[in-house]
Amino acid sequence: MSETKYTESHEWLRLEDDGSVTVGITEYAQNLLGDLVYVALPKEGESFTQGQEAATIESVKAAGEIKLPVDGTIVAINALLADEPSLVNDAPEGDGWFFRIRPGNLAQLDGLMDDIAYQNLIDQ
Amino acid sequence: MNAPLNRTPLYDLHIKLGAKMVPFAGYEMPVQYPLGVLKEHLHTRAQAGLFDVSHMGQVKLIGKGAAAALESLVPVDIIDLPAGQQRYALFTDEHGGILDDLMVSNFGDDVLYVVVNAACKEQDIAHMRRHLAGQCEVVELTDRALLALQGPAAATVLARLAPAAAELTFMQNAQLELAGFACYVSRSGYTGEDGYEISVPSEHAAELARRLLAEAEVEAIGLGARDSLRLEAGLCLYGHDIDTGTTPIEGSLLWALSKNRRPGGERAGGYPGADVVARQLADGVAKKRVGFIVKDKVPVREGAEITDANGKLIGQVTSGGFGPSFAGPVGMGYVATEYAAVGTLLFATVRGKPVAIEVAKTPFVPQRYYRG
Repeated sequence: MSETKYTESHEWLRLEDDGSVTVGITEYAQNLLGDLVYVALPKEGESFTQGQEAATIESVKAAGEIKLPVDGTIVAINALLADEPSLVNDAPEGDGWFFRIRPGNLAQLDGLMDDIAYQNLIDQ
Repeated sequence: MNAPLNRTPLYDLHIKLGAKMVPFAGYEMPVQYPLGVLKEHLHTRAQAGLFDVSHMGQVKLIGKGAAAALESLVPVDIIDLPAGQQRYALFTDEHGGILDDLMVSNFGDDVLYVVVNAACKEQDIAHMRRHLAGQCEVVELTDRALLALQGPAAATVLARLAPAAAELTFMQNAQLELAGFACYVSRSGYTGEDGYEISVPSEHAAELARRLLAEAEVEAIGLGARDSLRLEAGLCLYGHDIDTGTTPIEGSLLWALSKNRRPGGERAGGYPGADVVARQLADGVAKKRVGFIVKDKVPVREGAEITDANGKLIGQVTSGGFGPSFAGPVGMGYVATEYAAVGTLLFATVRGKPVAIEVAKTPFVPQRYYRG
């Protein structure tokens, strides 16, 4: 059973069966950003604390950053994005994932929105 | 401070097409359609794109003295501009700074037709009225919209409406009936592609636009793709790449100065700031506009500082972004002249980090103007 949480800055975090957490941006965010042309991902093994910037993205229109809402260490990155940032536009919550972390403090996930709360946020 | 935004005659069509509208130069303009900036850009280079550029200023200068009068404001040969031809020009100030860039067409019968940038049009019209009074009439055409049809299929498409359109060559213009409406058609544009700019009476603009969009090759294209297309084509955006703080020489626009208006030419000088331009031609300039490519995939945007290999600040980026057809980031900016040679390796500062860039020739993609 995987469970997905959302941030106010439109990232999603999915708790996987193996205890890792996959991170990406939402459909709403990719639509707002427009076509992505550049994604700079962290390296495997890098550690971040809650609120730290872990990745940078650029669309045809603007630059944005991905801040990790939980402590964690990078265990995998989506290397395809370096050559194909458009995957994020095509499937932001699928093939366009950014990276996977080993969370340092799972309880931090509880502070994030569930899908209903997130839907309410973007419907406002 | 928030003046109500103007709308072009195509506003309702933009909304119907699902455009994302943004404020631009006092107008509500489509920045993109559902296709998105990237695909709109690529579609224009592959087939044809239709742009609403009705926010730009259209002006007629009427009277026997019009050409000589306009020559007093631009470093460009207008007197010998043949009827049916268009030329790129620049309004300069007394310091040689650029007040705006514009297109001038000779309609014959002592009528010039001028297109100026939206953000500058009030100031440009006041400038012309002030300096050209008594020599010609300055008439703003507030009842006309302006469309651009750009891309390799543009000529095929427009020829379906008026076969004569296909016979124009780059920078020629003609008054043609399109879908029954009296249009001013010039073979020019702002994308580096073959194509046309079409001035049409406002009340018929939406109908002509719908007629063109009904052609299989044509998609509606927003300001986002217009900007990436012109950037790849190496064309300046006024207020960014050129302004009153830059002269035509610093702006690398010497090509736009007609030979007979340069020092030694038969009608040398005679425009505001001509002394400054002549001095810069003789002595050189301290800074120059250059194009650059990025040695990485990261887009380098307007405002980024440019440094040499030792971190010394030597310039600034004035336009930059991802070039969809170039398939990488490109830009332009001003650098100290000793760094302006093509091939010079420099750095742009992006989020506090140096990104390697290389001074490069523009355009970044081949121009495909139709020269007959």
